[in-house]
Amino acid sequence: MIGLYHPGDSLIHRAPMLLKLVLLSLAVLIVGLLGELWQLGACLIGVAGLFLVARVPLGAAWKQIGPILWILVIAVPLQALFAGWTTAGLMAGRLLIAVALAALFTLTTTVTAVLEGFQKLLRPFGRWVDSDRVGLLLALTLRCIPLVAEIVSEVIEARRARGTQGSLLALAVPVVVRSLYAADAIGEALAARGLDD
Amino acid sequence: MSTIDFDGVSHAFGERMVLRDIRLTLTEQRIGIVGANGSGKSTLVRLINGLIKPDTGTVSVGGLDVARNAKAVRRQVGFIFTNPDNQIVMPTVAEDVAFTLRRRGLTPLEITTRTQAALLRFGLDQHADHPAHRLSGGQKQLLALAAVLVAEPDIVVADEPTTLLDARNARRITELLLGLSQQVIVVTHQLELLAAFDRVIVIEDGRVVADDAPDFALGAYRELLA
Repeated sequence: MIGLYHPGDSLIHRAPMLLKLVLLSLAVLIVGLLGELWQLGACLIGVAGLFLVARVPLGAAWKQIGPILWILVIAVPLQALFAGWTTAGLMAGRLLIAVALAALFTLTTTVTAVLEGFQKLLRPFGRWVDSDRVGLLLALTLRCIPLVAEIVSEVIEARRARGTQGSLLALAVPVVVRSLYAADAIGEALAARGLDD
Repeated sequence: MSTIDFDGVSHAFGERMVLRDIRLTLTEQRIGIVGANGSGKSTLVRLINGLIKPDTGTVSVGGLDVARNAKAVRRQVGFIFTNPDNQIVMPTVAEDVAFTLRRRGLTPLEITTRTQAALLRFGLDQHADHPAHRLSGGQKQLLALAAVLVAEPDIVVADEPTTLLDARNARRITELLLGLSQQVIVVTHQLELLAAFDRVIVIEDGRVVADDAPDFALGAYRELLA
C-alpha cells in the first residue's frame, strides 16, 4: 500500500475508493465461482484491459504481479499432479486475476483515499467509534511500518558491528526500546501539531 | 512580533532540576538559544507551546498563559523537531502537510490548495504522493517545515533542526528559517547560524548565563566552553 500508488487521471484513478473496493470484492468472489478455463481467460483479458485504461506502466504492474508467478511455477505442477491440469489451471487463473485486481486497486488509489474511505464507512457508527481517530490510527500504522523497519535494520547493523549476530535478545531489546522512544517522540509531535485540539 | 514571557520558570525531571527560575521576555524576530547537551535549552523551548508544563512559574505567549491555553497557543506556535522522522506522522508527503490543516475545520478545497502551495514553496510538489519515508534527510526536514508553515503560525520554534543534516541541507534549512516573516526561535549547536540573529541566549545548567546580541552572547558561550 505504502508507495505503490501510481499517479494518474484515468477513470479508474478517479473512481471513488469505496466503489473500487466493492467491485474488487465482487470480482474476486465471481472469479472464485467460475468453473471454465475459457471464462477465466476472458476475465484475464478484461483485467489486462483495465490496466490499459488505468495507463499503469508495465514495470509497475509486473512488480506487483510478478512475485505470484514464482509461486504458481511451484504450485501449478503440484496441483496438476494431485488434481489434474484443469483444476491447476483454474487455481492459477483465479489467483492471478485476484492478485492483478488487488494490484490495480493499490496502484490507482492513494493512501489518503483509502483512509478517508474507511472513515466514511465508520461514520454511521460515530456513537461508538471515533472515525477520525480510527483513520489516524490506520495512517500512523502505515507510517510506522517503514520507521520500525529502519530501526530493525539499524540495530542489525549495530549488532553485526559488535559481533553479536546470534543473539536474539541483542536484536529484540534495542528494537523495542528504540520503537518506544520513537512512539514517544511521535506522540509529542502529534500534540505539537494540534492533535489534542 | 508576539511577546513570549517566562516568569520565574523552574522545571525538574524527577530529581534533576532542568530549569531554574528563568525570567525572560522575548520580543525579537530571530532568537537563538545555545548551550551544552543537557543544559535545559530543549526543555525551555518545549515550554513555549505547552509540550512541557513548568513546575513553578508561568510561560505566556501573546498574553496567554500556555498551561491554561495550550490549544490556542499551539495554533500560534509551530514546532520543528530535530528528527523529522518523528515529526512526520502521515504515510505520504501531501497527506502529512494536509494533516495540520484537517484539524482546523477548513474545506477540502482550501486544504488541497494550501497543501499544494506549501509543497511548491518547499520544492516537494513532485513528491506529493510519494511515501514520506523515502525522502532524503534534507527533504524530510523540508517536509516538516512545510507541514508547520502551512498552518501560518505567528511563531516558529525549531529544536536543533539542522543537527542531522549535511552541510548543504543545513544551509538550506537555515536560509529558509532566516527568510521567514514569523518570529523564529532556534535551538542550535551550529553557532555560525546565529550571526544574523537579533538575540542569543546562552543556557548553562538550567540558568540563563548570557543574553545579548550574537557577538557578545556567543563570545560568552565560547569562554564558557574553553
